[in-house]
Amino acid sequence: MKVSVGHKLGERDVTPEAVYLNRRQYLKASAVGAAALLAPTVKASLATGSADPAPLWLQTQNNQAAPSPFSSTEKLTPYEYVTGYNNFYEFGTGKDDPEKHGQDFRPHPWQITVSGLAEGTGTFDLEDLLKGLAVEERIYRLRCVEAWSMVIPWLGVPMAALLQRLKPLSSARFVSFETVYRPEEMPGQGSFFAAIDYPYIEGLRMDEAMHPLTLMATGVYGRSLPNQNGAPIRLIVPWKYGFKSIKSIRKITFTARQPQTTWQKANAREYGFYANVNPSVDHPRWSQAEERRLPSTLFASNRVPTLPFNGYADAVAGLYQGMDLTKYY
Amino acid sequence: MDKVLLTRWFWWILLLPFVFAGARVVQVIWYDPSALGPDPAQALVDLFGTTALWFLCAVLFVTPARAVIGVRWLTRQRRALGVACFGYALLHWLSYAGLLLEWQWQNLGQDLLNRPYIIVGFLAGLMLLLLAGTSNNTSVRLLGRRWRILHRLVYPAALLVLVHMFWVARSDYTEVILYSVVVLLLLLYRWRYSAKST
Repeated sequence: MKVSVGHKLGERDVTPEAVYLNRRQYLKASAVGAAALLAPTVKASLATGSADPAPLWLQTQNNQAAPSPFSSTEKLTPYEYVTGYNNFYEFGTGKDDPEKHGQDFRPHPWQITVSGLAEGTGTFDLEDLLKGLAVEERIYRLRCVEAWSMVIPWLGVPMAALLQRLKPLSSARFVSFETVYRPEEMPGQGSFFAAIDYPYIEGLRMDEAMHPLTLMATGVYGRSLPNQNGAPIRLIVPWKYGFKSIKSIRKITFTARQPQTTWQKANAREYGFYANVNPSVDHPRWSQAEERRLPSTLFASNRVPTLPFNGYADAVAGLYQGMDLTKYY
Repeated sequence: MDKVLLTRWFWWILLLPFVFAGARVVQVIWYDPSALGPDPAQALVDLFGTTALWFLCAVLFVTPARAVIGVRWLTRQRRALGVACFGYALLHWLSYAGLLLEWQWQNLGQDLLNRPYIIVGFLAGLMLLLLAGTSNNTSVRLLGRRWRILHRLVYPAALLVLVHMFWVARSDYTEVILYSVVVLLLLLYRWRYSAKST
């Protein structure tokens, strides 16, 4: 998907390829979701009880979130399950471990180190990186590779807005992300028999990263991200399996070559680089044809058919035109 | 304590995990739908699977317990332990097939053909079924010498259960390795013990 650009233009004058290629999908999604703009964000209806522990600047920025036209109108998974039942192996492998063992983690102050093929490399305070970026509320489906799913109201900034600020060079074709490594605060990182290496690494192709649906989340349910959900900042790529959406991001690196991700390294046959939600490509352990939309009940497991690209095919299928998705799974 | 009375009490103890699970189910249905989390069916599958594994370890522990620590009364309860192990394994399968897959036979068949961990789990289950089905006095009498040989199936069944667990684990093998060490030590002891006694 190479597009030649004018030779007289400098790096900063170029419309990012992904944004350009997706302009039609962007417009289409905007039209569909226009009604959502009139609705208030989810925070209005939420009573979490506990105070938001994030610093004031982040609370303020999150509080100004505007509803996004990309939001789903499906029924939300309750807050207690979004924050009490998830995978974040840095805090343990049980679904309730992240909430149980995540409370000693200190997400503030937070810095992100940017390196590789970009003009804006260096180490930045999170506050400076996010300053002036408009936070949106995006209600996305989250599809776990383990064949369950949730509907979650994230707060965050479009990844494209953040990455443009870092001025990636045109030679940057991939961007990789790294989770913070603090075994003293993250007991799972010290596990002796862990099958995956820490720090956790994920990556995207640049056009995937710059896609309008890709989000850098700073909050959920109207408040800042709880530790167990990847505080203070995490990736959300709604058309990929959940493990792509790396949490507590400490490093961003722009590269020319495809980075090797944690799960690929652990088991390349089971986890590919792309990890797009695809009902017709089974994981060796789980059929991906259906998913259980949580919460389920004892006698109604709430199975729904899994959609290609998790239902975001109209917006993102073009990114993978001509690729054999059974090979690039 | 009276031996018959002990045996009777023992059966009730074996039912405790079932009573516990039943209480949670009642709680989920009538009082608090979130008592087992957002995925209650999966929670029951895990609970019954782990319980079956514990009883499997207990069965394998009977002989070493007698020989090493001199605990004799446990030998009388071995049949109960074995039947309980099968019972919880059956509940493990029933909650998987009935609650998670809602008896969709096509999905059950697909899983059985394509998922290695389901295949070995199912095989182990069939072995336990055979053992539980021949655990009554009549079978012991009818099968005679062959009964002992048949019931050595518990060893391959235990190994298959471990393989089942290894293939279920996604990222951390700590728990599986702990159970494996326990089971393998018990098997190793058995192997040496029987080699000496013959």
